[in-house]
Amino acid sequence: MKPLKIVVLAKQVPDTRNVGKNAMKEDGTVNRAALPAIFNPEDLHALEQALRLKDRIPGSAVHLLTMGPGRAADIIREGLFRGADGGVLLTDRKFAGADTLATSYALAQAVRKMNPDIILAGRQAIDGDTAQVGPQVAEKLHWPQVTYAEEIISCDGRKVQVKRRLERGVETVAALLPLVITVHGSAPACRPRHAKQLMKYKRAKTLSEFQESGNDAYDSRLPDHLRITEWSVADVGGDESQFGLAGSPTKVKKIENIVFQSKESKRLTASDADMDALIKELMANHTIG
Amino acid sequence: MNFYTDNKDLQFQLQHPLMRKIVELKEKNFADNGKYDYAPADVDDALDSYDKVLEVIGDICANIIAPNAESVDHEGPQVINGRVKYAAGTQQNHDALTQAGLYGLSLPREYGGLNFSMVPYVMAAEIVSRADAGFANIWGLQDCAETIHEFASKEIKERFLPRINKGDTCSMDLTEPDAGSDLQAVMLKAAWNEEKGVWLLNGVKRFITNGDAQIKLVLARSEEGSSDGRGLSYFVYDKADGGVTVRRIENKLGIKGSPTCELVFRDAPAQLVGDRKLGLIKYVMSLMNGARLGVGAQSVGLSEAAYREAWKYAHERAQFGKTIVHFPAVYELLGVIKAKLQASRALLYETSRFVDVYKSYNILAESRKLTPEERAEQKEYQKLADIYTPLLKLFASEYANQNAYDALQIHGGSGFMKEYPVERMYRDARILTIYEGTSQLQVVAAIRGVLTGAYLQKIREYEALPVKAEHEHLRKLLIAMTGQYEQAVQFVKEKNDNEYTDFHARRLVEMAGHIVMGYLLLLDSQTGDDYIQSAAIYITRGQAANAERYTFITNFALDHLSAYSVEG
Repeated sequence: MKPLKIVVLAKQVPDTRNVGKNAMKEDGTVNRAALPAIFNPEDLHALEQALRLKDRIPGSAVHLLTMGPGRAADIIREGLFRGADGGVLLTDRKFAGADTLATSYALAQAVRKMNPDIILAGRQAIDGDTAQVGPQVAEKLHWPQVTYAEEIISCDGRKVQVKRRLERGVETVAALLPLVITVHGSAPACRPRHAKQLMKYKRAKTLSEFQESGNDAYDSRLPDHLRITEWSVADVGGDESQFGLAGSPTKVKKIENIVFQSKESKRLTASDADMDALIKELMANHTIG
Repeated sequence: MNFYTDNKDLQFQLQHPLMRKIVELKEKNFADNGKYDYAPADVDDALDSYDKVLEVIGDICANIIAPNAESVDHEGPQVINGRVKYAAGTQQNHDALTQAGLYGLSLPREYGGLNFSMVPYVMAAEIVSRADAGFANIWGLQDCAETIHEFASKEIKERFLPRINKGDTCSMDLTEPDAGSDLQAVMLKAAWNEEKGVWLLNGVKRFITNGDAQIKLVLARSEEGSSDGRGLSYFVYDKADGGVTVRRIENKLGIKGSPTCELVFRDAPAQLVGDRKLGLIKYVMSLMNGARLGVGAQSVGLSEAAYREAWKYAHERAQFGKTIVHFPAVYELLGVIKAKLQASRALLYETSRFVDVYKSYNILAESRKLTPEERAEQKEYQKLADIYTPLLKLFASEYANQNAYDALQIHGGSGFMKEYPVERMYRDARILTIYEGTSQLQVVAAIRGVLTGAYLQKIREYEALPVKAEHEHLRKLLIAMTGQYEQAVQFVKEKNDNEYTDFHARRLVEMAGHIVMGYLLLLDSQTGDDYIQSAAIYITRGQAANAERYTFITNFALDHLSAYSVEG
């Protein structure tokens, strides 16, 4: 079978699972300095699915794609330690402040340049919990998408069969390559770092990191595997107004502290009348619309 | 949680000054750099790799192996149709370590290994054991690869060694129903089969740890008509070739996750390792030294786990209006556990460094002639390794038991219950003073170091090293203890009676051990900030313990031996 080119979309996120007292600033925004930056958990599940595909189809290669500040190169290194073959960091002031729309625009631009057969991503990131970026990337590329994946059952180089984890059971679907798959947290955990990969890639850096550290020579003697690719807006091309803050229609109106508590529930039938009433009620109290 | 990064002692030992020499010897001028993309370019690079890889091990141990320990202990392995099935957690542990490339740590890169020196390898063993002492056996049996590498032919090495890093496990098949401590009595028969061009093994092995391994090293009688150790040879067996079944596994007090097998060999094909007739006298002895170092690591790891359980409980449990750690009876126990833990760890890494240096010279000697200075050093370190290994096995395993006992005691009634992990540690510890040579047999090996003056010579070297003025009083104590030790040794020697020497051997070895570990802790206190408390506890208690032994020995007349004889 023809080897696959696999891209894993991964995000560096604040570790919201271990929230301490200083996790939030007074204005209600996340205090990123107080939270350790980690590999978004479901993206690790996606990486594992990618590595399993690579194990299954010899010659396949897994590359990570992430967008963020310079330190997000950690995400690429972590992927390399666990078995990936390379990665690209999208970093540029012009990418900053992106909502899901601008993020998926930037990622889609980069994907076009990387030209993979398949894209895997975590279902959602633990900082925003939107679950929008994977699907939006698929839309922008006009590729099919399979969300909530738990297992890639088969892949013959043309078609993949995927088991999806839904709220009340599982569903098996088939789709043609190229496609985007977002992976659910119920999929197998990612394999650990591999000792040899760790030793091989421990000094891998982006050009910016080499320049900052000052003592490593980023010249022709440096083996290729120690260079982490860095792309700017200019590198990926496209419409500059669609990147970063400029390309982000999301406006935060207000942030509130919400304490979840169960209240009385309402039971609706599947009738059109009940649905219509619910939508009107939600619009009236500004939950939607 | 990470069992490496949360343990400053390990990082301290990794920075020992001798490590630079050890790395240089092990890496042979960094000849692998450029040939393998994960080979280090220099000493710092290698040390950094040790550190990073140990962090991966610490992560897997804290987050996979330790959480599995309880279910593995309850579930245990089973025998199904003559094959061993690990407990689910054991299999998960093994898979995680395999996926992380953490088998074959010390094997050369050409065989898929990481070419780590002994010190980080032993650290890994300690960390694995802290997570689950029973599982440490399965992981630790990669020691067998060392023996294959040292003594087997190129063909055998190429056939078996690359499989270690990919997750094939090993077993060393030595003991039989009538051959335990006395391995010269091994009966399993090896006969050369001309037609098949292999040796065929027939017989029974008993108490074989991980007996259903893919790769086995088997001690067998190759010389028909012989009856002692000189008729035994060493064989390597591949499970894929068939001929061995697991008859049963033992139901044990502890280390329940580690399958202890009774095996039946029926025309099992095997290949000879090294030369005929050297099986026991050369290869098994070498393997055994490695295994004893392994049990040392296992013991220290278990002590660490027990100490942490005890510390936690003593700080949480309140009685009579305060947490129990504030009562002298409790904090003394805790302080003594820590002192024994740190003393045995100091001895563990001192021994590992000695092993490292001489083994690296052995390997170096294969590719070039050693200089006279190098040869002298090789001999010196080999001698030190030979006398320190039984000392380590003896003390570390006894301390692990004492520490588990005291840690359970601190828990009171709760410690007796299955709700707390300390009861498992207490059971797991019990085997440590027994297998790979009982404590009594370690004394038989170590007494040589007492009688030849080898321990004394090393003690004198420690004595000559500078210590801070504020630690001088501890050194004075050690010097006094050394004088007393010399007198006791002299007293026993003058009796010129083997039975008398054997009778007091353990006491003499223990006196030497207290002084050696006292110095190691004192010397570590000169550069490390977390050792002086343990040094003070260990040395003052050692002083009292040695005085007791001295009094007992020097008041013991030769004819008093008969008072202990319970024959007939």
